[in-house]
Amino acid sequence: MDIRDQIGFVTTSIRAKRLHSALTGLGIAVGIAAVILLTSMGEGLQRFVLSEFTQFGTNLIAITPGKVTTMGASLGVIGSERLLTLEDAEALRHLPGVEAAVPMVQGNVEVKAGTRTRRITAYGVGPEMDRAFRMYVGSGHFLPPDDHRTARPFAVLGHKVARELFLDRNPLGERFQIGNQPARVIGVMEPKGQILGFDMDDTVYIPAIRALDLFNRDGLMEIDILYREGQEAGEVVAAIKRLLLARHGQEDFTVTTQQQMLEVLGSVLGMLTVAVGALGGISLLVGSVGIFTVMTIAVRERTGEIGLLRAIGATRAQVLGFFLLEGTLLAGLGGAAGLAAGLVCAATAKFFVPLLPVHTPWSFVVLAELLAMAIGILASILPARQAALLDPLEALRSE
Amino acid sequence: MIELREVSRLFTVGGQEVRAMDRVSLDIASGEYLSIMGPSGSGKSTLLNILGLLDTPDSGTYLLQKWDVTHLNDRQLAATRSRTIGFIFQFFHLIPRLTAQQNIELPLMLAGVSQRERRERSRPLIEAFGLAERCHHRPDELSGGQRQRVAIARAVINRPAILLADEPTGNLDRHAGGEIIDLLEGLHRDGLTLVVVTHDPEIGERAARRIRVVDGRIASDSKGP
Ligand SMILES: Nc1ncnc2c1ncn2[C@@H]1O[C@H](COP(=O)(O)OP(=O)(O)OP(=O)(O)O)[C@@H](O)[C@H]1O
Ligand SMILES: [Mg+2]
Repeated sequence: MDIRDQIGFVTTSIRAKRLHSALTGLGIAVGIAAVILLTSMGEGLQRFVLSEFTQFGTNLIAITPGKVTTMGASLGVIGSERLLTLEDAEALRHLPGVEAAVPMVQGNVEVKAGTRTRRITAYGVGPEMDRAFRMYVGSGHFLPPDDHRTARPFAVLGHKVARELFLDRNPLGERFQIGNQPARVIGVMEPKGQILGFDMDDTVYIPAIRALDLFNRDGLMEIDILYREGQEAGEVVAAIKRLLLARHGQEDFTVTTQQQMLEVLGSVLGMLTVAVGALGGISLLVGSVGIFTVMTIAVRERTGEIGLLRAIGATRAQVLGFFLLEGTLLAGLGGAAGLAAGLVCAATAKFFVPLLPVHTPWSFVVLAELLAMAIGILASILPARQAALLDPLEALRSE
Repeated sequence: MIELREVSRLFTVGGQEVRAMDRVSLDIASGEYLSIMGPSGSGKSTLLNILGLLDTPDSGTYLLQKWDVTHLNDRQLAATRSRTIGFIFQFFHLIPRLTAQQNIELPLMLAGVSQRERRERSRPLIEAFGLAERCHHRPDELSGGQRQRVAIARAVINRPAILLADEPTGNLDRHAGGEIIDLLEGLHRDGLTLVVVTHDPEIGERAARRIRVVDGRIASDSKGP
């Protein structure tokens, strides 16, 4: 039997009980709308976070002190573990394929210029940080390539700090205090805005050696390596490990490529999207109960009709097909309505809260609709089976 | 074309066994016009349902067109009902959501006949049965006589060999009932084998062969006027 005929035939019964059908479809629609809205937000968030991360560039490798196993436990024997030092950074800088090695120490500090003070984040870095992280000065210069041990007390201010401390004055060349250290402004960064909630303009960059002193630390928190475009990340990682092993005598450090970080992040966020979508899926359960109920009622109401169909030549399989198709169409229509509602909601949310990351890939739309139809089939299996197993004579007699 | 051999059908109602058909043997030749009469509960419908493959005997054999149809599977049953048998019921059994024409074409649709061919085949029937003006109406907008004509058109659209009617006039007034019988007799004259179950002696007497069923047995079987 032609599928168009089947659909045409089944549609007559969906149309005959419009209110029933609409309410049943609504159950599925709500579920699908929830699923599509929630997964769109999850997907949007994932894309947002990943794009925030990749704006630093992707040819980055981070080296942190301590060996972290996959279990998250630190393996280093306490005491024998060596710190990451400025000398390590210097040595790494000379590896082939390495374009920049940026030592990194970070902490909160109070800055003071004249009578104005402010608590901000200070980053102790190397002179190549601007290049490595693609963050550039707007006026003046970034930290000069001094010998790291004797780096002069220069500072580069974030855009916001510069304004807060020096108001409308030109801050270049001005002296100020970072904690207990005097420093001189040699540059102001371009405005950068927030990245993952951190205000990148409310910061100050100083030489790493000064930051170690300021925060009273012996070792770096991290060394970031920028390697040359086209270089194999694995080779660079291997070279880094060899070098540090030779210097430390043991693997008391962890090397993470930006790619690995993105993958981990991506999978975590992907899981989040699935979890959130599953949450929306719970409301689909309600919808499926609706379909089941309506189909069960339909079989009871149309028992005589089922008998007639069998008497004029319908097979059990055809009867089964009619009811499965009816449930599927009902759910499919509900799903389509839910998709429309969900997409409108997502668009509205984006319109009123532009910062809200919402993204709906087409694959989600297709999957959601298939999900709705699958639920329709599943929910009508039992009623359809019941219809197919009816004895034609008894069915006819029921009227 | 039909041979029943010692066919019995038992029902158990409240622990009691009812022999709705008791070792009935019956031959019906192609092109015959046969009426079945008898008291209520005597087994007329049971006999017709077995002939129409809506019910299966508990014992005995049924040969339809020389083919043993006593034990067919669902697919074979459906195919045989579709191709060989036309059924007409007292209560019409039209699908209320479909128009008269769609009801008439239903067996063809189930058989997978294309829409175009369905139209071609239903047209002449609709004309011949005087349904041309009503063919796009739904059953609840038709008179009883019109509904039964739709049901007859549906029963014969797939050109069955045999037409089985269980009290086709039972739900109609005298006039409409007469029209329906005229229509059925016209189909018989065109070559269809016709079996009519009826309570109305006047209608029963019109058939060339008259069978009387009592207590699940054939009490008399008479031919000729
Ligand atoms: N499905 C069934 N279950 C139990 N008993 C049945 C069933 N169908 C028929 N019977 C019994 O079988 C006997 C014959 O029934 P059948 O319907 O064939 O009679 P009938 O001659 O058609 O009667 P009527 O003229 O009232 O239509 C009756 O006693 C009836 O109660
Ligand atoms: Mg009867």
